[in-house]
Amino acid sequence: MTNLLYSEIEDELRDGVRRALDDTCPWTDVLAGTEKDEPYDAAAWRAVAGRLGCAGLPVPEERGGAGASWRETAVVMEELGRAVAPVPFLSSAVLATAALLAAERSAGDAAGGDLLAELAEGEKIAVLAVPFSTAPGDQLGTTVGVEGGTLTGRVTSVADGMAADVLLVPAPGGLYAVDAADARRTPVTSLDMTRRLCDVALPSVPARRVAEGEAAARAALVTGAAMLASEQLGLAERCLEITVEHLKTRYQFGRPVGSYQGLKHRLADLWTSIAQARAVARYAAACVAVGDPDTDVAVALAQAHCSAVAVKAAEECVQMHGGIGFTWEHPAHLYLKRAKSAAIALGTPDRHRASLARLVDLPSA
Amino acid sequence: MSPAPPDAEDLRERVRSFLADHDPSAMDRLEFLRARFDAGLAWVHYPPGLGGLGAPRALQPVVDEEFAAAGAPRNDPERNAIGLGMAAPTILAHGTEEQKKRFLRPLWTGEEIWCQLFSEPGAGSDLAALATRAVRDGGHWIVNGQKVWTSMAHEARWAILVARTDPDVPKHRGLTYFVCDMTAPGVEVRPLRQITGEAEFNEVFLTDVRIPDEHRLGAVGEGWRVATTTLMNERVAIGGNAAGREDGMIGVVARLWRERPELRTPGLHDALLRLWVEAEAARLTGERLRQQLAAGAPGPEGSAVKLAFARLNQEISGLELELLGEDGLRYDDWTMRRPTRVDFTRRSPGYRFLRAKGNSIEGGTSEILRNIIAERVLGLPGEIRVDKDVAWKDLPK
Repeated sequence: MTNLLYSEIEDELRDGVRRALDDTCPWTDVLAGTEKDEPYDAAAWRAVAGRLGCAGLPVPEERGGAGASWRETAVVMEELGRAVAPVPFLSSAVLATAALLAAERSAGDAAGGDLLAELAEGEKIAVLAVPFSTAPGDQLGTTVGVEGGTLTGRVTSVADGMAADVLLVPAPGGLYAVDAADARRTPVTSLDMTRRLCDVALPSVPARRVAEGEAAARAALVTGAAMLASEQLGLAERCLEITVEHLKTRYQFGRPVGSYQGLKHRLADLWTSIAQARAVARYAAACVAVGDPDTDVAVALAQAHCSAVAVKAAEECVQMHGGIGFTWEHPAHLYLKRAKSAAIALGTPDRHRASLARLVDLPSA
Repeated sequence: MSPAPPDAEDLRERVRSFLADHDPSAMDRLEFLRARFDAGLAWVHYPPGLGGLGAPRALQPVVDEEFAAAGAPRNDPERNAIGLGMAAPTILAHGTEEQKKRFLRPLWTGEEIWCQLFSEPGAGSDLAALATRAVRDGGHWIVNGQKVWTSMAHEARWAILVARTDPDVPKHRGLTYFVCDMTAPGVEVRPLRQITGEAEFNEVFLTDVRIPDEHRLGAVGEGWRVATTTLMNERVAIGGNAAGREDGMIGVVARLWRERPELRTPGLHDALLRLWVEAEAARLTGERLRQQLAAGAPGPEGSAVKLAFARLNQEISGLELELLGEDGLRYDDWTMRRPTRVDFTRRSPGYRFLRAKGNSIEGGTSEILRNIIAERVLGLPGEIRVDKDVAWKDLPK
């Protein structure tokens, strides 16, 4: 059976990332950042992607990475979820990197060019230019046309698009790399301002094909969905943690509110769901790390479960904080907005259940 | 200095040399099991002389697999779950040398079945409030009271029993732990029929039952501490075995869904997929818990597994009945049987639906489990206790 535990190396990695995020993006800075123009937190990104080398974890050493795997990347995602860190890690170090790795597996080493190494070092940021709500099984590239080495069309709701140096655009015939400066990008006021969207217009923009067909982009979406489950796990754990702390210190009717069963039992149920989320997220990460034949089931399962757990954790966090949980000054809304956006991202739970129906032979009525 | 405990290779070697001297096909079953116990190859983590070798508990499968491969007779652990899972560790932790020598061997071989006389009609979740009285009479104790939910009482030779020896102190402090002879005069066992029609459990009436003081386990007034050992082991035992995808009740409904397309509706499809996801998440959580145990770092996830198992069994069996429609109106058999183990898959869907209702009550209700998770795992404040410093006899009943 697949190992579902954390290794000692992963525990150390977690400590390092947590310290770096505590230093560079405490939630007060994250909150302030949501009202600034910068599309992401450059200091946190430099610390995690550059100094700690996390962006290159799944990239082989000979291609400029750390030669680890998606298992370790998943641990980084847990920590980024805990901190609702406004960095383009999922977009660049997971989705774009997974797409280039898949392209190299099918087309040989040259496909990613220098870009893969630049992403691994955190030198450049690339994003997969698809609507962030795209599920792994969706049709891709339907709004973009290819003509004479240029792309023309529009892609809406691209996550971290404003932060990108390079856009990886699925279009008929393959996956194309476009210099982000050549595209017209319009920032979108997003539900989750810690991972902002933009709309991209491509008016006959020069493009280089990095992969044929849809396989690379599809592999990226599957890997991305698996890693997102770990981010959701980290977010849910943090919500539970701060809610428990609050309930121990908040007194009403002469008692800590945490002594009321009406709240205790709900948190016990939440803890139970989170224990399950940890098991399914670890399983999904382990499956994508080795290309297990069960990967598609593991990922759909992880997304169907972890999306709902993260939203529930954030909603309970708001509710159990009472009035303060409804204010702008408290971090609960950062978690709620991230959790709800993440539940829609890369396929809603319902879409993933529909995938499972197909994968495990439970056909609809 | 004592020698280092045996490792896996030592254990395999010991089993092989034991089997060379004891041919299972040529020996009486019980004689074989007794000899296995005496060789320290019964439960290897027990001390030498008591069926073990002081080896790490994680190495037990090594020994079991060697014996199974040789076609050796089993001690049928399912028949004596209370004995092996709860009585034995308690006797080991709190018993005298004489008690360990007397009880552990026939317990392990299955010659003597054990049951548990803990719960009472007036003491379920609040076990420490129990009212069965034990009064000293020279070298004996005279016991009077009523116990309930006792599985295997009708087959058991011995029981672990908690009784009140001092009603004048707060409830936790006035209890004493005994081993009760189920064949003693005054022990009356009556089947307790349950909502499924059958009777897995019993009520046990104790009327002037005489228990020799040598059968007291631990000091007088220490019964709660001793019982805590028993209950901790119950939680360990509930972890369950490794399971594959769709091994449990979800597999029954999934197969029904595949085989009977005419039963399918959109609403039930959605419900089925949600439960499939939850069942698979619960299975992986159990698997992760087992990996933690094997790595020597048990987590508190056992409570999560039990909570989820209870709710899932109830929801899945409820869905199965609705999916079946007309067939869901039929039941297989209301006859009062006396099963010695629960088997969800061999009975009808109606049985599964009814029996699953017990899953959130037995072995700690789901509400008590949530209290435990909230207080011991999350560290939230305990319930307000109005009975803590009140003598048991003065508690409202």
